[in-house]
Amino acid sequence: MRVLGDFALAEEVVQDSLVAALETWPEQGIPDKPGAWLMTTARRRAIDILRRDTRYREKLALLERFTLTPEPAEADDRLRLIFTCCHPALSQEAQVALTLRAVVGFTTAEIGSAFLVAEATVAQRIVRAKRKIVDAHIPYRVPEGDELAGRLDGVLSVLYLMFNEGYLSRGAQIAMRRDLADDALWLTRLVATLMPDQPEVLGLLALMRLNLARSEARFDASGEMILLPDQDRSLWDHAAIADGTATLERAGAMRASGPYQVQAAIAALHAEAASWAETDWHQIVILYDTLVRMADSPVVRLNRAVALGHFAGPEVALGEVNDLAISLSGYHLFHSTRAELLDQVGEPVLAREARRRALDLCQNPAERSLLERKLRA
Amino acid sequence: MKYVLMFAGSVDEQEAWEKMPESTRAAGYERVNQWFEEHSRAGRITGGAELQGPSSATTVRIKNGKAVVTDGPFIEAKEIIGGFAVVEVKDLDEALEMAKTWPGGGIVEVRPVVDHSEG
Repeated sequence: MRVLGDFALAEEVVQDSLVAALETWPEQGIPDKPGAWLMTTARRRAIDILRRDTRYREKLALLERFTLTPEPAEADDRLRLIFTCCHPALSQEAQVALTLRAVVGFTTAEIGSAFLVAEATVAQRIVRAKRKIVDAHIPYRVPEGDELAGRLDGVLSVLYLMFNEGYLSRGAQIAMRRDLADDALWLTRLVATLMPDQPEVLGLLALMRLNLARSEARFDASGEMILLPDQDRSLWDHAAIADGTATLERAGAMRASGPYQVQAAIAALHAEAASWAETDWHQIVILYDTLVRMADSPVVRLNRAVALGHFAGPEVALGEVNDLAISLSGYHLFHSTRAELLDQVGEPVLAREARRRALDLCQNPAERSLLERKLRA
Repeated sequence: MKYVLMFAGSVDEQEAWEKMPESTRAAGYERVNQWFEEHSRAGRITGGAELQGPSSATTVRIKNGKAVVTDGPFIEAKEIIGGFAVVEVKDLDEALEMAKTWPGGGIVEVRPVVDHSEG
């Protein structure tokens, strides 16, 4: 009886090719197409192990940039693995853990620390997910036709979730997990390389690239958070911004808009503004309106209200924000946004109250410190 | 690979369904029959049935070798199982595709069947 499903087999193949690479590279040197190797190995493991050997420093830079086209057969394998890990029959928590483990090569301890759960819990989630893949016969395949769009959405939301947790951690340990955000970007770029005709993949890639481009300006030397209006825009990575914008344009040329492309367009407008004051708020509100139509959520409406406030005035924005009180009462950014607007309309007592509420709900150390500073001011 | 598709719905839906005019119910049954016929002809369905309502259920609980018979379903749930189909398909995706086209509405739970044929 066949005990292991295709998934287990695929994972084994991935491990084997990694071992093979590590055994042969020191003797025979790095192959001409090291990227092709890495396509079938877990990225992190390979890079970590390579890093220990100084001889490979230069090659490493090349690998990390990762600009190569995979061999078709390997590409298919890698895509199948990603789609299997992100199958909707698995819980989203399991999808994230499994993808990080099997495709990126995180250890269970690393996944646990990135998502604030015990390592044993992560290990259990992965074991259960793998068991379900085998028991329920979840196929090892890339869906086709009508099925693809829905399944691709699932993959993209796993990548987006990973990125967001890296970009601004919900946890109390660390403000930003650059490595996790970078790995999410790498994975998205991989999917974009393997599925070049999918505009939303490019949209998500552009969104991540544009947000990460601002990384250097987001925190000061002591780790304090600097919000967008106060950031030193000369610290932004303008090459990354140009690249992100070009990626978004490529997506736009395919003429099938979607929520990731719209969010990337909003990020691009921020990234291209010479200063906070010169930001094109009208255009941003129009984009948020589009986003509301495509993927309505209270958080989207909150962001739209903030943008609207920049030309319609804080009273209008506050009215819109207050309408979201029930659905967003547990979301710290709802309360901190309200606090800012209350300050602007001359309600310092209410603003203070809202800020305290935000502080109660927030764990990220840099965000907490920012709220505390404002409460002291 | 064998799966059982369990068709369920809420008690409210069930009651609403029972109150519908005869012609609407007949049209509903027609769509369900078509679905069964189509998949049976393609060799994907090997068995199935519609169940009578939970008020017709009798539960037997076996504890320490003693059987206790009680009236009603084994759990009082908001959702009730109305029927099932045993299907024989390639993998979970194919079973899910079938479930997605179920014309009866409500909920479909898909469970793989344990294979005792080998090992």
